[in-house]
Amino acid sequence: MCGIAGICRLDGPGHVSLNLIKSMTGFLCHRGPDETGIYLDDNIGLGHARLSIIDLSTGSQPVHNEDKSLWIVYNGEVFNYPELKEDLQGKGHRFYTTSDTEVLLHLYEEQGPDCLAQLNGQFAVAIWDAKKKELFLARDRVGIRPLYYTISNNTLIFASEIKSIFANKNISRRIDPIAMDQIFTFWTTLTPRTGFKDIYELPPGHYLKTSNGKVTFRKYWDIPLYRRSEQSSLAPQKICRQVQDLLCDAVRIRLRADVPVGCYLSGGLDSSGAAALVVRNFNKDVRTFGIRFNSDGFDEGEYQSMMVRHLNVNHTDLTATNEQIGASLPNCLWHCEKPLLRAGPVPLFMLSDVVRRSGYKVVITGEGADEIFGGYNIFREAKVRRFLSKYPNSQRRAELIGRLYPYIFRNPRLKCTLQSFFARGLDKIDDPLFSHFIRWDSTSRIKTFFSQELTAAIGQYDGYKQVRQSLPAAYEQADGLTRAQYLEMSIFLSNYLLSSQGDRVAMAHSVEIRLPFLDFRVIDFMARIPSKWKILGLNEKHILKKSFEGILPEEITCRPKNPYRAPIKQSLMNEKTAEYTKDALSEKSLKKAGLFDAKKVTRLLQKAQKLDELSEIDSMALVGILSSQIIHNQFVQDFPARPGNTISLNLIVDRRSQASRTMS
Amino acid sequence: MDHSAKVKEFVVENFLFGDGESLKDDTSFMEEGIIDSTGILELVFFLEETFGFSVEDDELVPDNMDSLQNISRFINRKLNANSASEA
Repeated sequence: MCGIAGICRLDGPGHVSLNLIKSMTGFLCHRGPDETGIYLDDNIGLGHARLSIIDLSTGSQPVHNEDKSLWIVYNGEVFNYPELKEDLQGKGHRFYTTSDTEVLLHLYEEQGPDCLAQLNGQFAVAIWDAKKKELFLARDRVGIRPLYYTISNNTLIFASEIKSIFANKNISRRIDPIAMDQIFTFWTTLTPRTGFKDIYELPPGHYLKTSNGKVTFRKYWDIPLYRRSEQSSLAPQKICRQVQDLLCDAVRIRLRADVPVGCYLSGGLDSSGAAALVVRNFNKDVRTFGIRFNSDGFDEGEYQSMMVRHLNVNHTDLTATNEQIGASLPNCLWHCEKPLLRAGPVPLFMLSDVVRRSGYKVVITGEGADEIFGGYNIFREAKVRRFLSKYPNSQRRAELIGRLYPYIFRNPRLKCTLQSFFARGLDKIDDPLFSHFIRWDSTSRIKTFFSQELTAAIGQYDGYKQVRQSLPAAYEQADGLTRAQYLEMSIFLSNYLLSSQGDRVAMAHSVEIRLPFLDFRVIDFMARIPSKWKILGLNEKHILKKSFEGILPEEITCRPKNPYRAPIKQSLMNEKTAEYTKDALSEKSLKKAGLFDAKKVTRLLQKAQKLDELSEIDSMALVGILSSQIIHNQFVQDFPARPGNTISLNLIVDRRSQASRTMS
Repeated sequence: MDHSAKVKEFVVENFLFGDGESLKDDTSFMEEGIIDSTGILELVFFLEETFGFSVEDDELVPDNMDSLQNISRFINRKLNANSASEA
């Protein structure tokens, strides 16, 4: 796992600065602390910060092909590289390393962009064709690895993280008002937008090519939506058997590494299942890592300990105290690079530090299972609401709602209000966004804290409209669960779960996460399974639970789902953190950033100080506003909040003309 | 200050953070997202503290809680019932 950065002149040869590429790469050293390398010619500069995992001795990047006409910098893994390599060797390709990087380069040489269809992995890649003067950038199917870019003055600037792009002093750093509207509706931006104006992400499943000064984008993969006639007619037992085989193979190829691979183990179904597959089939001595909380309602320690005993593994847990969560939020945000409406990313940021200190660079995690197998409460909520819409006054039907969110509605007094809360919008069951209205409408309430300037800058922008317009034709025919899964995967998965709660917080401490549930074979297979098997009645992830029955204790497969969450108010407003929270949310700071209405935020703070517990929305408002302020401080006002590393190069290929070199 | 004004002030301060311009007597808290499903308990706590009655679980329904108007009617009913039972 690594960081990549580059500058490509779209208007023909000229000066490409070594110092600038060095500085951009210096901002990515947490992603790749082991080595750095640079390629330069008069059209392009490529930088690479390496975390050595495969081919420790000769895998330094940039890597080239036989005649040195193609150069690659690459972040990620292609897990099926040994099989692909064999084939390429058969076709006469010669290799000078044993890395997957070189395999990917030769496959591109052989097939061009079509090679992407054969890759099973998680990657962001840049390949420079020095003969044709063409740059190729691509990102894995679901967007596990990040890649950002901007185009300015006929120059394409790209990097694994936005801070590296901001190393260019002539790139302006502004919060994008539309992005703020999106984050405070969907919990994240809609691709390709980022939190910053004119900085974009290369969307998951896409590639970009530059040729003769033009930049073109292509989608090579989309979240599969199969028609009923294309769905599997297999019996549930057979589905489970195939899921077992697929997951086992997905785990097997994700253990390919020249360093030891650990596992995250929370005590939930997904990470327990993944860890059990590793222990039973491949490595009974695997190290596992998990988070504990000292707040009731968040900790899963009982189940975690049960799994540790069951698997008999060497487990390390980290107790994330409220003080530590609050104190780590600013550091965590430096890596997430966008406002958060949840505190969940912070303990994962802390956990990767423990993993790294334990001598591990790679962990297998359970992310993605909820999206693929139908685990989220929002899926069940939509199902219940559809059911309720047939007889809106039925108390029996309404009572089902209470079963969905026991952790929010702990107070039995709320039973009656539940019905009216979730009964909103029952007349919209045919709307394509039906499943997500309650979440998005509730979150949108926080926008009442936006300042007048921000509200004016957002204007008439309508995020729902944008989502509706982005839906593929096949969505129309899809059933309720499939639709909700599609929305969750296309909006939330890459841009929140795999980034703020995935890649970024792990790579902050140079740890690579590998996600067997997001193997594209698993995604495709499950996309063909009828929804009725995914959530049987109200039993979420039915197929996955059944598939894990033989390898997990019944207490784990039958336990109620407890979504991963971290305390907000207690973390941000305890004795140790109250000061910086107050400072970031002071009238002066708020007015300076200009994003929020200072008077309203002050009232929210007063309320938070008074109450023991904040409501869901007030909690989200608190962390959302605070994190926006911190992001503004770190990236707009005081950039760089932390200087990039000064790098010493392990490898440099400088093919610039003499004139350009003297300019450095 | 009469009952309705007290409730309105509380709702504006705690759920609208001072911005009460669009709040009408019949604005639905749930429909407009003014009070979320967990926030309703804050309102109940306020009513109990301020008016000295207790809200039973089965009284926690939109007919009693979902707008200023509904709350006002509910308060009057409760207070009348209390004074009737005291008399």
